[in-house]
Amino acid sequence: MSTTTSTENSGLLRVLLPPFEKKFGCKVDVIAVGTGKALKLGEAGDVDVVFVHARSLEDKFVSAGFGVNRRDVMYNDFVLIGPPEDPARVRGAGSAAEALSKIAAAGSIFVSRGDESGTHQKEKELWKNGGVAPKGKWYLEAGQGMGEVINMATQVRGYTLADRGTCIAYGKKTDLVILRQGDGNLRNPYGVIAVNPARHPHVKYDMAMKFIGFVTGEEGRGIIADFRIDGKPLFFVYGMKET
Amino acid sequence: MGFLLESLKASIHLIVTWDPAFSHAVWTSLYVSAWSIVFASLLGIPAGLAVGLTEFSLKRPVITMLNSLMAVPTVLIGLLVYGFVSRQGPFGGLGLLFTPAAIIVGDALLAAPIVANLALSSVRGSNTAILPTAMTLGGSRFQSVLKLLSEIRFGMMAAVISGFGRVVSEVGVAMMLGGNIFGYTRTMTTAIALETSKGEFAFGIALGLILMAVALAVNIVFQFLQRR
Repeated sequence: MSTTTSTENSGLLRVLLPPFEKKFGCKVDVIAVGTGKALKLGEAGDVDVVFVHARSLEDKFVSAGFGVNRRDVMYNDFVLIGPPEDPARVRGAGSAAEALSKIAAAGSIFVSRGDESGTHQKEKELWKNGGVAPKGKWYLEAGQGMGEVINMATQVRGYTLADRGTCIAYGKKTDLVILRQGDGNLRNPYGVIAVNPARHPHVKYDMAMKFIGFVTGEEGRGIIADFRIDGKPLFFVYGMKET
Repeated sequence: MGFLLESLKASIHLIVTWDPAFSHAVWTSLYVSAWSIVFASLLGIPAGLAVGLTEFSLKRPVITMLNSLMAVPTVLIGLLVYGFVSRQGPFGGLGLLFTPAAIIVGDALLAAPIVANLALSSVRGSNTAILPTAMTLGGSRFQSVLKLLSEIRFGMMAAVISGFGRVVSEVGVAMMLGGNIFGYTRTMTTAIALETSKGEFAFGIALGLILMAVALAVNIVFQFLQRR
């Protein structure tokens, strides 16, 4: 299985996988990379199932015939974090997109993942919504993981868009604070997709479907909903929907 | 196999069109490496000469230490310099972290022991009679050392070039201290690491080709100088 770094780093997989492995007598090998790479691994048939969070890329993946049976699994959300003194005054913004426009207008430093990850996709979508093309000395494209980017933003006193999970996990290591959260378009849905056996006959489609059934079923959903870090829930489940 | 060929084709296209994102990474790598090798040489050559030309009681342990320093992993140097230049560190106020200057500091520390060791071995391998002879002929100590240096200039050049080869190809220091910021601190090596993680192999291969071309060019120049 290829998945995003957030499911692995948050520790969710450590509680979600063992019951599945026990039930079906198998071993899940996890490759935790950015969403873009995770999907590429699926495209090449190097994995049997992908578990990622970038809806538009996932839909492209399915419509290009690389994957089948996409299911929503859960969601968490993104938050805009920045220095507590808030130089661009984004606290007063009317929407997340407007908050980003204010950062651009003020020329405050913004650290971007810049790695085509799910978080980066969401960030680009928000810039587009705000009608700003992020470019200039204030816009730093780090090309690194979420943890490194939070760390970098802390060091350069900049803003960044982070997933809540990593943000909670790094809470003690940074003095940046959440300045914007809760917008509908800050939702971050995770999907699971089986790699198309018609294209890659060697994939274990059977096991992939069992995994999809497990994580979207009663037991998997229970585990995800009960998962906590520092007493805070990280991921939320919703009713299973067909794509 | 088809996939590798496709990537190779795309990479050659990138090189030929000299894509700006691409050329910036190449340029950053070259100037960061060039500056760091200048500082590494300023530290390493005098150190190598001093150890090689003088006799003192701790000479053997010092040489052993210089040798071990060559094996220090890049990430350890990255960690060390990070500690000093991050906001909580003693030089945090300079705001050096995640700038090209931070990479230059780290790379210079990385290359200095290599330059020092190779300078040292070329001093030791040189004709031991040069120094006393030059001094007998009426040269001052400084003039005599200059004479020695001109005798062993190829060894010195080899030292500098080896150091350059080390820093231009390393990724640990550049990633940790530079932060791989697009258009600013992204070097060829950190770009290759990033593009591979994004699954963009063509870009990575293109940079890899340029990196090898740089190594080849430096060595050709060196060989040419040596032949003259």
